Amino acid sequence: MIYREAGQFKTSYKSDQALLPIAQDRFFIISLLAAAYILVPMVANDYWLNSIFLQFFIFSLAAIGLNILTGYAGQLSLGTGGFMACGAFSAYKLATSFPDMHIIVVLFLAGLITALVGMLFGIPSLRIKGFYLAVSTLAAQFFLLWLFNRVPWFTNYSSSGVISPPPIKLIGDYYITGTQATNLTQYFFTLTLVVVMALGARNIIRGHTGRSWMAMRDMDIAAEIIGISPLKAKLSAFAVSSFYCGIAGALWAFLYTGTVEPLAFEINQSFKILFMIIIGGLGSILGSFLGAAFIVVLPIFLNSAPALLGLEISGALVTHIEFMVFGVLIVFFLIVEPHGLARLWGIAKEKLRLWPFPH
Amino acid sequence: METNTDDCILSVDHISLAFGGVKALTDICFNIREKEVFAIIGPNGAGKTSMLNVINGFYHPQEGEITYKGVHRKQMKSHDAAVQGIARTFQNVALFKGMSTLDNIMTGRNIRMKRNLLWQAVYLGPARKEELENREVVEDIIDFLEIQAIRRTPVGRLPYGLQKRVELGRALAMEPDLLLLDEPMAGMNIEEKQDMCRFVLDVNDQYGTTIALIEHDMGVVMDISDKVVVLDYGKKLAEGTPDEVRGNQAVIDAYLGVAH
Repeated sequence: MIYREAGQFKTSYKSDQALLPIAQDRFFIISLLAAAYILVPMVANDYWLNSIFLQFFIFSLAAIGLNILTGYAGQLSLGTGGFMACGAFSAYKLATSFPDMHIIVVLFLAGLITALVGMLFGIPSLRIKGFYLAVSTLAAQFFLLWLFNRVPWFTNYSSSGVISPPPIKLIGDYYITGTQATNLTQYFFTLTLVVVMALGARNIIRGHTGRSWMAMRDMDIAAEIIGISPLKAKLSAFAVSSFYCGIAGALWAFLYTGTVEPLAFEINQSFKILFMIIIGGLGSILGSFLGAAFIVVLPIFLNSAPALLGLEISGALVTHIEFMVFGVLIVFFLIVEPHGLARLWGIAKEKLRLWPFPH
Repeated sequence: METNTDDCILSVDHISLAFGGVKALTDICFNIREKEVFAIIGPNGAGKTSMLNVINGFYHPQEGEITYKGVHRKQMKSHDAAVQGIARTFQNVALFKGMSTLDNIMTGRNIRMKRNLLWQAVYLGPARKEELENREVVEDIIDFLEIQAIRRTPVGRLPYGLQKRVELGRALAMEPDLLLLDEPMAGMNIEEKQDMCRFVLDVNDQYGTTIALIEHDMGVVMDISDKVVVLDYGKKLAEGTPDEVRGNQAVIDAYLGVAH
């Protein structure tokens, strides 16, 4: 009853093409944003801001990046960690070589560099598909990490191979990186960046580039025959995807951990992000967020649940239970809805529209 | 056979295509004139689909030459052929299953959409203007094909007849000069066939699109085509108006078989 678009007429293609054509959806998104901008900063403590929200935002960004490549363009990739590392290290080189450069410029350029690297590693996709392509993107993962580990230039000849980004000011006296940066500044900055970039991704996907990606995913021969160049479609998907992953990696190094070594971006990270988009929903921006939330928040919740319930369980046991419950939940969700949480959300909305009637 | 090539949109000149030892096409010649409905018929395995694949650059013939709009070409990529105005549909529907009807047909407009990624990411302004202009063209096609009700339905869920129609819509969205239809009526019932014939003739009539089609239903072929070419075992058996072809002894033998 509540969620129903009856009476909301569209009289122009412009209003029909709107991002959120249904008033209830607009209301929901606006309330969500209001909560993120006003409510969360008021109630959340530093642990929540830094460890949960910041991590969630960065993973969401990386998941959007991978979803563009795998979910929308259909190119399976296991190189996400490598691309994130590429973003982190190019941002580090930029920030240390040009200390006056603004953080936004640093992030943008780091994204562009990663996009170029991504395109380079995307070239095999013109010849190979599916699992074979996944294996070739593994090359990106291992090669990039090896490169940052072995070539001291990337770490500015640091003996430990660990990079610590310099303190950078956002505006005025507000630091965005380094020890003087407050969690609140970082929270607002990352939140805004994620909102803007998610919107950008959504716009690209509903435009003709997004359609060319999906066409390539669904039926590559037909796509080519209606005039979509596979070279352009595939490489642009790799470029945009890597741009997002690169920025996520730079944020990870600069804001979230503050100090990072290449190992932080190893293959486990790539798998984690792949699981996020599989559980959240392939080919869905919303799914990227839901998947990131699932993978980031659920373990924390499972970890603290026994304590909240007043059960006395040893820490080691809690960790084991956490792994087991987590695994079971993943299997459960994949059986119930192989298209991910985003599809569950869609089905729920469809049901709500018809409620209380069954059809 | 007439040699008047002035109003020819496409001429196929001594085309031969082989896959290893298998000769799919041998020394095929024909001309397709502008604004005509041209049918390619023949028994199964005659090389009809291979012929279409050669025309739109999907296969590259070993010998021969194709002249499209007065320009000779030897090798060409499929997406270049699309840009030059050759559209086609497939024997087995080749739609983008995960996308809605609207998005499928909109994808046909991709060759005409030029705004770069940055504009698309911002969406407001030029990118939206371009999107809306193309949406209008697509809506005209949706009206023309009478598929308004399934605009938002993912095409994977549509029945076969409608999928064929959406595929035609996607090809039409390219505003092609030459439209290749690979068995547009296969597997349809009589009403659906009639609808499809009407659409094909209307496209030919209203947009002046030249149409080359492959079809097994002889009634349909004889009714709607201006000219017919018959292939068998990769060779051309006959060419001419439907009536000429119908009376051709070689064609009758190919279809009915001859006593040896």
